Amino acid sequence: MNNTADEKPVDLPEQHDDHTVGKPLLKDPKISVRNANVFYGDKQAVFDVDLDIGANQVIAMIGPSGCGKSTFLRCLNRMNDTIDICRVTGEINLDGQNIYDKKLDVVPLRAKVGMVFQKPNPFPKSIYDNVAYGPKIHGLANRRSELDQIVETSLTKAGLWNEVKDRLDQPGTGLSGGQQQRLCIARTIAVSPEVILMDEPCSALDPIATAKIEELIAELSENYTIAIVTHSMQQAARVSHRTAYFHMGKLVEVNKTQKVFTNPEHSLTESYITGRFG
Amino acid sequence: MSLSVLLVFIVAVVLAAFIIGKTRALKVSAFQGGAKTLNSLPYYYGMLTALWTGIPAIILLILWQMFDRTIIDNLVIQYLPSDVQNMDGEQLGLVMNQVYTLVGGQQVGDVAPYIEQAAAKVSKLYRMSEWLQTSLITLAMIIGAFVVYKRIHPEMKARNHIELFFKYSLLGCACIAIITTLGIVFSVLFESIMFFQKVPVSEFLFGTQWSPQMAIRKDQVGSSGSFGAVPLFVGTMLIAFIALIVAVPTGLMSAIYLAEYAPKKIRSIFKPLLEILAGIPTVVYGFFAALTVAPFIRDLAYSLGINEYISVSSESALAAGLVMGVMIIPFVSSLSDDVINAVPQSLRDGALGLGATKSEVVKQVVIPAALPGIVGGVLLAASRAIGETMIVVMAAGMAANLTANPLDSVTTVTVQIVTLLVGDQEFDSPKTLAAFALGLMLFIVTLALNYIALHVVKKYREQYD
Amino acid sequence: MSNSNTTELTTTQIVQNSLKKRYRAERRFKAFGIASVCVGVFALLILFTEIISKGVGAFTQTYVQLELKLDNDVLGIDDVSNPDAFMQANYTKVIRNALKEQFPTVKKRRDRRALYGMVSVGASYKLQAVITKNPDLIGTTQKFWVIADDDLDTYYKSLSDAEPFTGRMNDKQQAWVQTWVDNNQIKRKFNTTLFTAGDSSEPELAGILGALVGSLLTLSVTLILSFPIGVAAAVYLEEYAKRNKITDFIEVNINNLAAVPSVIFGLLGLAIFLNFFGMPRSIPLVGGLVLTLMTLPTIIISSRAAIKAVPPSIREAALGMGASKMQMILHHVIPLAMPGMLTGAIIGLAQALGETAPLLMIGMVAFIVDVPTGITDSATVLPVQIFLWADSPERAFVERTSAAIMVLLVFLISMNGIAIWLRKRLERRW
Repeated sequence: MNNTADEKPVDLPEQHDDHTVGKPLLKDPKISVRNANVFYGDKQAVFDVDLDIGANQVIAMIGPSGCGKSTFLRCLNRMNDTIDICRVTGEINLDGQNIYDKKLDVVPLRAKVGMVFQKPNPFPKSIYDNVAYGPKIHGLANRRSELDQIVETSLTKAGLWNEVKDRLDQPGTGLSGGQQQRLCIARTIAVSPEVILMDEPCSALDPIATAKIEELIAELSENYTIAIVTHSMQQAARVSHRTAYFHMGKLVEVNKTQKVFTNPEHSLTESYITGRFG
Repeated sequence: MSLSVLLVFIVAVVLAAFIIGKTRALKVSAFQGGAKTLNSLPYYYGMLTALWTGIPAIILLILWQMFDRTIIDNLVIQYLPSDVQNMDGEQLGLVMNQVYTLVGGQQVGDVAPYIEQAAAKVSKLYRMSEWLQTSLITLAMIIGAFVVYKRIHPEMKARNHIELFFKYSLLGCACIAIITTLGIVFSVLFESIMFFQKVPVSEFLFGTQWSPQMAIRKDQVGSSGSFGAVPLFVGTMLIAFIALIVAVPTGLMSAIYLAEYAPKKIRSIFKPLLEILAGIPTVVYGFFAALTVAPFIRDLAYSLGINEYISVSSESALAAGLVMGVMIIPFVSSLSDDVINAVPQSLRDGALGLGATKSEVVKQVVIPAALPGIVGGVLLAASRAIGETMIVVMAAGMAANLTANPLDSVTTVTVQIVTLLVGDQEFDSPKTLAAFALGLMLFIVTLALNYIALHVVKKYREQYD
Repeated sequence: MSNSNTTELTTTQIVQNSLKKRYRAERRFKAFGIASVCVGVFALLILFTEIISKGVGAFTQTYVQLELKLDNDVLGIDDVSNPDAFMQANYTKVIRNALKEQFPTVKKRRDRRALYGMVSVGASYKLQAVITKNPDLIGTTQKFWVIADDDLDTYYKSLSDAEPFTGRMNDKQQAWVQTWVDNNQIKRKFNTTLFTAGDSSEPELAGILGALVGSLLTLSVTLILSFPIGVAAAVYLEEYAKRNKITDFIEVNINNLAAVPSVIFGLLGLAIFLNFFGMPRSIPLVGGLVLTLMTLPTIIISSRAAIKAVPPSIREAALGMGASKMQMILHHVIPLAMPGMLTGAIIGLAQALGETAPLLMIGMVAFIVDVPTGITDSATVLPVQIFLWADSPERAFVERTSAAIMVLLVFLISMNGIAIWLRKRLERRW
């Protein structure tokens, strides 16, 4: 637990033009980000982000294309490590532990912070093996029956069990787009993570599939902390508790979702949600 | 133990170590709440134990196999009579061969008593060496397994160790490319330096006499060998030039026709057909050149009466060059095909839109745009032609004539490398070393050509990427 | 053409006027292209017809039927239970007696020798094998098909030609052959020797089995070493290597090695493996090592292409699940890239199978009669066998060389066929 957050009152540094408005900091956060900067080679993609994410909350990140919201999201489970030229400074704490600590092993981190990607990317294996893969590599099941149980629970939670229970041995790539994405979510839940990151999970899906995923996100938020990057403001409004607005690599405004969409404090946010750009 | 038994033994011990390591990990974690408290999955601990058991043993085994014969040789030589010890390397080698045939039990007839003694000594040493090897390897395995066993602990990051080992093994494999290049450079360079100590560089590079046949016995009079490599260079260039004259226009035009003109169906038939040419082994081309093309060219030259003006040989440069050209056609055409396809369609459309005919587009737009790539391809083809061996060995002959007459017999660098090195050689005679000096030349020239070609093609690719 | 006319020409007319010439150029250019393709295909056709027409004869072998008196006085087998007795028996005499009996008029020593020379020296070994198996035959008279000498074989095969190839056959020998032909005592049978024997100085006894096994052993060494190492190197370069000087250097090295003439690899093998490490000459182990170094660049390059074709989304999925890099590679990247890597490996091995020059350098060019049984036995390989036979003066070796080439080509074509099939069948389109 992050004790510093408990002791310190939630107060912002003095407001100036450059800084985030709204309420970026929370008491007792699951994830707390301080002074995060991300560079691609010489180019800076994310500037000085301070943000807290509360436990069992859904936080939506919105903003125009290329505003750095996806880049920021990928910092939270160090997926940016896969890009050679990418460098992250600042501090990102998960349950009070800095995940950018040199000694930290990314493998357990990513088991704890799962991720769902923009395009559904099931492994070219059977549906069963897709879900069972995570538990297998993390040694979560000792017996086949336990593994079966995990697969069933995960698929049920992802709302896919009834659709696929008769064809678990068929390739995951044979499912429809929406089903594939739910399979990816099931695959992520199977490792029982604490946080789920979703990078525009519905952008490749049709409206009906999107609705199903949104429903799912709402259900999952009871047990998981979810950070979702989305292009759709309606989606952000529908599924999230809090919303963060990014602009040109800077975190402009964070607040309760309702507040952001009805009464934004920053003029940039207002322009964006009223559709003046984006 | 014999080698195969020892290998099976090592494998068995390594498997045992795996099981021991895994069991140990489960055991140490049992006090703290089972396998889930372990930093890594149990089998990683097993793998780590197995690695530490197997790798030192394997390294030891390889070193032992590499050096035991040398060490035993040296030990045994000390027991030979002093006059035998003082013999020069070759004769000593013969004696040792006798010793080893006796050890192998194949000797028939009488041998000198000192050889029998030496053979007995060798057998004894071998038994000792085998025994020592087995015990040392066993010891190494036990120590390795024990060290890891003691350190197994729930917090031990076994997976990270394995990952690191995996990564460095991969790096090691990637470095083999560098090691190979170094190996080539050193192997040709050292021998070449020895050669140039005996034969001056200037004579080698600019001399026009090539007759490497040295005296077989030291006291033999007459042949002292001369090592002027100019005739070889000229012969190589002549044949490569003929090959390129055949291959470049044909290959390029085939590529253009197949890429720009041919209907899909024709392309799908003829492209693979041309590629078959690339898959035929060079020895087959050599056979074809020597048995079919060369006699044909000679007969043709005689029937036309050319032999009255210039010398006509049955092993002509023309035959080797022509066949080599055929061999390179698919090489040129596939390289050209690549670069032609890399020319953006928009350039073609621009010219076609102005009403240019297809051939005008090709000649005035596609070829100029693809020129750097084509030049790169031609350079690669040239390097191929220069380094080609079997065709010239079988069809071009051995006579080091300094001539530009394609109907005459010439020899090439590669032919000489092969003839100088095939069969028994003494390793420090200039004749053998000359092959390495030629190899060095060949390596430098082909390396330069390849480097320039790859560079040109790369630059060209980047232009349209 | 008058001045006023010129000025009145519109662009379209100018174009029209030049069209004829331009279309001619167009047709010329196209014809040149077709001609070029034809040159290549024509060369291929000639090559294949030459090889096949020359080599097809080698698949049959001439046999002569003789009436052999298996008299124990001649054979001299005193103890049937002793295998040595069979080995020392005089089978040659039996065959010679049979020849003498059929042509009793041959008296002169020179003619006798010519007559005996018509039957291969291998015939007595064959007879020995038969009698060792059936000792009951001793004392009987049997009709045997004995293998003919290569000169007779070549002559008999060309007998139906307008001008038979006589070679070293003199008139008397030709007359004897005629007698056999008239008596139906001579015929061609399928040449099993070609596929069951090692090399021999007698063409009719020479086979490719030794070279084939040598090739197989050499290629096994190459496959076992080059495939894992090549894949490992490719994985390192694609998945681990950071863009830096060392990586660039490795890449430049690989690309250059792919274009280094093969004979240089032979020099490397000679200097490093034979002289420095003191390995024996002519063994498949060393041949395999040299070919490994030679095929590695091909395998690395094609494996890299296969790894590149695995979409990054799969890697992200695996890493996002908390798979470690090694798990991601072993569980996802390598299985998915496997068809492509296998295709590359097969093509690389096909190259290695046809390679000759580097193997000459490391002494795999020796005359080896026995079929090798392990990677440390002296051996030769198929292309080198072709090279050796192509150099042999006997006419009968020409057709055997062509036959060996046909066998080699069958292997190469099937390997490439498998590679294409693999690529079509298993490669996944993303």
